[in-house]
Amino acid sequence: MNVPAYNFAYLNEQTKRMIRRALLKAVAIPGYQVPFAAREMPMPLGWGTGGVQVTAAILTPEDTLKVIDQGADDTTNAVSIRRFFVKTAGVKTTEVTEEATIIQTRHRIPETPLTEKQTLVFQVPIPEPLRFLEPRETETRKMHALEEYGVMHVKLYEDIARFGEIATSYDYPALVNDRYVFDPSPIPKFDNPKLDNCPALQLFGAGREKRIYAIPPYTSVKSLDFEDYPFSIPRWEKPCEICGSRASYLDEIVTDDKGGRMFVCSDTDHCRKQKSAA
Amino acid sequence: MYVAVKGGEKAIDAAHRLLSEGRRGDPSVPEITTEQISEQLALAVDRVMNEGSLYDRGLASLAVKQARGDLTEAIFLVRAARTTLARFGYTEPANTSAMLIRRRVSAAFKDIPGGQILGPTFDYTHRLLDAGFDRTSPSLVPETPSSEIPKVLAMLGQEGLIEQPQASGTAPGDVTQEPASFPMPRDQRLQTLARGDEGFLLSLAYSTQRGFGRTHPFAGEIRLGEVEIEFTPVELGFPVVIGEVTLTECEMINQFIGSADVPPQFTRGYGLGFGHCERKVMSMALVDRSLRADELGEERVAPAQDEEFVISHCDNVQATGFVEHLKLPHYVDFQSELILLRKLRAEANVMQEAAE
Amino acid sequence: MSALLSIERVSKNYGPRIGCSDASFELWPGEVLAIVGESGSGKTTLLKCISGQMEPTSGKVRYSTRAGREVALDAMSEAERRFLIRTDWGFVHQDAREGLRMGVSAGANVGERLMAVGERHYGRIRSTALDWLGRVEIAGDRIDDSPWSYSGGMRQRLQIARNLVTAPRLIFMDEPTGGLDVSVQARLLDLLRGLVRRLGLAAVIVTHDLAVARLLSTRMMVMQGGRVIETGLTDQILEDPQQPYTQLLVSSVLQV
Repeated sequence: MNVPAYNFAYLNEQTKRMIRRALLKAVAIPGYQVPFAAREMPMPLGWGTGGVQVTAAILTPEDTLKVIDQGADDTTNAVSIRRFFVKTAGVKTTEVTEEATIIQTRHRIPETPLTEKQTLVFQVPIPEPLRFLEPRETETRKMHALEEYGVMHVKLYEDIARFGEIATSYDYPALVNDRYVFDPSPIPKFDNPKLDNCPALQLFGAGREKRIYAIPPYTSVKSLDFEDYPFSIPRWEKPCEICGSRASYLDEIVTDDKGGRMFVCSDTDHCRKQKSAA
Repeated sequence: MYVAVKGGEKAIDAAHRLLSEGRRGDPSVPEITTEQISEQLALAVDRVMNEGSLYDRGLASLAVKQARGDLTEAIFLVRAARTTLARFGYTEPANTSAMLIRRRVSAAFKDIPGGQILGPTFDYTHRLLDAGFDRTSPSLVPETPSSEIPKVLAMLGQEGLIEQPQASGTAPGDVTQEPASFPMPRDQRLQTLARGDEGFLLSLAYSTQRGFGRTHPFAGEIRLGEVEIEFTPVELGFPVVIGEVTLTECEMINQFIGSADVPPQFTRGYGLGFGHCERKVMSMALVDRSLRADELGEERVAPAQDEEFVISHCDNVQATGFVEHLKLPHYVDFQSELILLRKLRAEANVMQEAAE
Repeated sequence: MSALLSIERVSKNYGPRIGCSDASFELWPGEVLAIVGESGSGKTTLLKCISGQMEPTSGKVRYSTRAGREVALDAMSEAERRFLIRTDWGFVHQDAREGLRMGVSAGANVGERLMAVGERHYGRIRSTALDWLGRVEIAGDRIDDSPWSYSGGMRQRLQIARNLVTAPRLIFMDEPTGGLDVSVQARLLDLLRGLVRRLGLAAVIVTHDLAVARLLSTRMMVMQGGRVIETGLTDQILEDPQQPYTQLLVSSVLQV
């Protein structure tokens, strides 16, 4: 059987160049969704193929890669993607946020503040923040072009009218560089403030939907809200039960079938560091 | 010529002969056995059992072989066989809580009582073609399956965070025995979806994720394993175990609803299928939930929320029949169309000439 | 003072078929014009062409903005046109479902245009919405209800509130009372007449119902076969129709 030989980081060089062109455009127009010709990857669409393609396009042999899913390095999909790059690119990997030059993530931003030397790559399922108000692509592109974003607030208004507060807890839309409303991917809104004025380059890849977008370093990212219902992030009553952190995002773990729960850091690297420092 | 006025029978015989030859392929290659299909193409067999609506690995394997691997065709074969079988009665409801679990995952909680059990899954394989797998496959001793693992959704139910399934109070219907009518009760809808085409349901489920009838799903729990089936013979009056089937079950947790009277609660979508069929049961659960739009007071705007549209088109045996029936002769209809068209064109020409 | 809306020889063809042909008129601030005709007369096509919903095959539509500038609709950028349509203009559809966002509450329906022009204070949006619901005689406690739970007449009134909340200067209505019961129609007409007068709105109303035209409009245009066949003050036309077709219309309806 003819099994093909694979290039460094799986993608061939033409594909990487195509993705890099899209990335350059994305960085030039912060928050704008740049269409790109996403390839079939040897993993299912919707499992991070956009992020994987972006990472593959920017990865060099000198890079140190960290992959997290739900904040943790040990989650199955994170392990799977990390192994993929070890296998196809032979790069160094790490679980320590500070050591990484590229961090591919799904659903979280690390608790450890990022630096100018780092790039954060998000896996994005639905890049279009207007999608659930307007399913048709032709219309949403026009709305972006004309900055017709009033309808985003209709959704927030409905939340407040029905639930007394803005009931969007993840995938919380924000305005990038005072121009484009963008979808930060399904990170908890807890992480939204980290997007703003971040020293690291933030890249977003949506493989199935074939879109790339970016937030360049030190760019303004404002979460949408009302003047009298300002954006706020959740706090937990108790600290992490492993490391005692009060400032990190906590996962709920069911400990038995009688209502037992415990709360621990979702960022496993952060938790480990906090615990050893304590 | 594929059908002439005469010679059709001959042509059909010849076609069947050619089909047989085609099915067998090169005689120098050993013939595949149904046992090999059942063991090595197990997921194809599962799909045929599901959509064929008959739990019989042997028949399903035979169908796959006979259909040359065309699963829609194999499903059709099983359906056709199913209609010939005697019907003894209805079993007791399958108790998936008592499933001997081989795989079980929840995307809603990081850890759960009983644990996340990855089991046999393609999920984290890299889809790199590798001809070597069949030479190097080690003989894994199967793990002892865990049993009596509590349901994730039941845990949410204890806190009242998710709607409790409501018993309709009437015996479930049987879509194989009764004609469908709309609006259709949920039990019949689920039966229809369970027999529905995996590809069609997958696409509909996908459309809900992309905004055409969004339901905010979380995979609350997906479990795969063996469940005992009980039957109550009239002469005994109590249930006895008549066998064991492999089932895949998906319970989706969906966006909450609430009103002035009822505090907000998550809602449910449900999927169940024969064998190992995660894609099918997840799609089914998403579509089940979106089809509950009316019941939950949601605006029906998307195809996946349109009961009549979904239910009427999800059966691939029906669909393939009607689509492929276009290969049948339509000479008469077509001819009348031709006559009409020619007449219309002639009239248009006359008018044009008159105008000039 | 210049005309608010100037229509100059507007025609719309659907392939070889004529939708409307060579229509011209001017609409002045605060004036209500009724376009009357039976179905197929081209009145709805004309309405769509002059309200920016459909591009005419030929002809010009000009509008005087608040700043006193006269703009041609086809010369505006799409962004400008869409902004004009959602701030200075309103459109009341015959079927309220087309004019409402049925998936969100009544309050959000009224508030949407405010949010579209940049209002970002929930409390103010809500109190404005409540005020407008009151003005169209919808009880304030229905503000969080879905339009699906509203009756046909209520939906139509909600649609009107949704349109008027940004204080437009011009409103287009396509058979606003069509499909409603007679008693509901009367109440809606009464409400509309009051609102139009109080707000000094200019309006173009398409209707097949001469009673609607008589009650709401100051001027009337009668269409037949895609053409305007008669135009004048409403009272004048109703009392002394010149064209045989208009005479037929008037005699068949108004004697009842």
